[in-house]
Amino acid sequence: MQRARAVPGTGIDSGSGKPVRKSRKRGSLVDGRRPGFLTYGILLAFLIGSAYPLWWSAVMGSRSNEALGLDWPPLLPGGNFWTNAAEVFDTVPFWKALGNSILISGTITVSVVLFSTLAGYAFAKLKFRGNGILMVAVIATMAIPTQLGIIPLFMVMQRLGWTGEVGAVIVPSLVTAFGVFFMRQYLVDTIPDELIESARMDGANMIKTFWHVALPAARPAMAILSLFTFMMAWTDFMWPLLVLGSSNPTLQTALSQLQSARYVDYSVVLTGAVLATIPLLILFVLAGKQLISGIMQGAVKG
Amino acid sequence: MTTTLSRPDTARPDLPRPTFRQRLQVWDVKASPYLYISPFFIVFAIVGLFPLLFTFYVSVHDWHLLKGQGEFVGLQNFRDVLGDRFFWNSMVNTFSIFLLSAIPQLAVALFLAAVLDQQLRARTFWRMSILLPYVVTPVAVALIFTNMFGEEYGLINNLLGNLGIDPILWKTETLPSHFAIATMVNWRWTGYNALILLAAMQSVPRDIYESAALDGAGPFRRFFSITLPSIRPTMIFVVITSTIGGLQIFSEPRLFDAVTAGGSQRQFQTTVLYLWEMAFQRQNFGEASAVAWLLFLIIVLVGLVNFMISKSIATADTKPRRVRSKR
Repeated sequence: MQRARAVPGTGIDSGSGKPVRKSRKRGSLVDGRRPGFLTYGILLAFLIGSAYPLWWSAVMGSRSNEALGLDWPPLLPGGNFWTNAAEVFDTVPFWKALGNSILISGTITVSVVLFSTLAGYAFAKLKFRGNGILMVAVIATMAIPTQLGIIPLFMVMQRLGWTGEVGAVIVPSLVTAFGVFFMRQYLVDTIPDELIESARMDGANMIKTFWHVALPAARPAMAILSLFTFMMAWTDFMWPLLVLGSSNPTLQTALSQLQSARYVDYSVVLTGAVLATIPLLILFVLAGKQLISGIMQGAVKG
Repeated sequence: MTTTLSRPDTARPDLPRPTFRQRLQVWDVKASPYLYISPFFIVFAIVGLFPLLFTFYVSVHDWHLLKGQGEFVGLQNFRDVLGDRFFWNSMVNTFSIFLLSAIPQLAVALFLAAVLDQQLRARTFWRMSILLPYVVTPVAVALIFTNMFGEEYGLINNLLGNLGIDPILWKTETLPSHFAIATMVNWRWTGYNALILLAAMQSVPRDIYESAALDGAGPFRRFFSITLPSIRPTMIFVVITSTIGGLQIFSEPRLFDAVTAGGSQRQFQTTVLYLWEMAFQRQNFGEASAVAWLLFLIIVLVGLVNFMISKSIATADTKPRRVRSKR
């Protein structure tokens, strides 16, 4: 995974702030004229460029290897998809990998969102000694690249005998500094202090206040954080490759095994790539709007 | 959200001495924040901070994957790494791939954002369409493009052949391999960056455009004189995040040639791949840890440069946009 865990810390104050989008007259850049054919032509060309590699792999994945050698690539799928898919399932433990990926990404998402909301709420709304300095510490930790820790983490997992276990993938990702930062930024503006005070006046203790005031208010941000955390965990490659063997893979490492088999059947590899893309495509169709609004908030760099 | 919690009958504020319940409340108020933040700090200390420090400990020792800890060697590992031409080769490759991806990516993303920043029909559809590649995992991207860039039967060489162009050795030659890997990165990230830039563009007040248009500024003039300066902070942000992402690139070059760690002649061995090879093939944990620290220092350096640039730009602006500095 590359950018997903990068450092927003340094850039964040220069980034586009969350609530900057103002309600405005929906004028276009070009003198209020509606965009013309050129605009849609450009977008269509880009859409084709975005979709074509996927389409091509779907077409090739549903044909035999020979199709790859053709001078002009076929445009429509062939009938070999299920044969190739069967080959994928024979070569790698696909379903087990899918299960592992769901388990790992799901657990990490629940944990990150829960702990980030708790900590983000505390940092945003509660007064306690060390609030400022501890928040700075959280932001600073966002700058630490994952690669820095893989060697000792690997040694720890080896010593614990966890190599090959999904726990070894889950535990290092149970919390993220980015999540805490994200929730704090969201909650600081979202919850009015008076709301918390009135809940306290009504006699709610701290955790009740959190439950009845913060949690409902945090829901939209939690949805976005869930999406991004899930994607981050789902797409992670290096650490699972290192710490899980080939017998207990995630979807990503299983997929990479297709490529490194001694005899590589490329249409089977592409079938695997297509199969592995389907879960996230479904997620994208269901939650694409949230994903976009999350990215557009700019805070989700990271 | 409900604030109509029933008032518990235990709260009797007119008692002279604090009751047990009141003391409990005080304790609740004082301790709860720490309870809420502690999971993050505890887990982070174990899986984040400890490895960070321990990596340094490993980097100043002879340390073998199987034999374990050897003797203390001071900065020798760092010296060895810095004297290893393969380390520098990996740095050159990393920056070359980064430049080949960041520059076109940013230019296209900027253009795309400007195109999207209009009153489009089916806006969500277009936004989703440019984001589509982002949901394809890097591993799948690498597999798909590795096949497209195949030297013998790859799609791209086939198409080039139709145009009468000799096949390009995408995996053998250095620059073509960098280009191929950069293409994978560009394909996945351009739309994502375009959306971030689009968000920044949408926060530019429209009346500025209108008055500029009244003054006779054409679309290009308005883009370069209004849009670009207004979104500079976001641009820097995008540049920096792609730099950091670029410095850590792993999946794409790892899978571009599944057998080697970065090509038979290390044509496209990036620094993280070098680290990987050092640790798990050459089994030299000491030097690999030194590489990890060097990489970290470079990333911090990049971050600091970013911070200074964005600061100077933010202050140079006569009318700075609402920058997110309030914390």
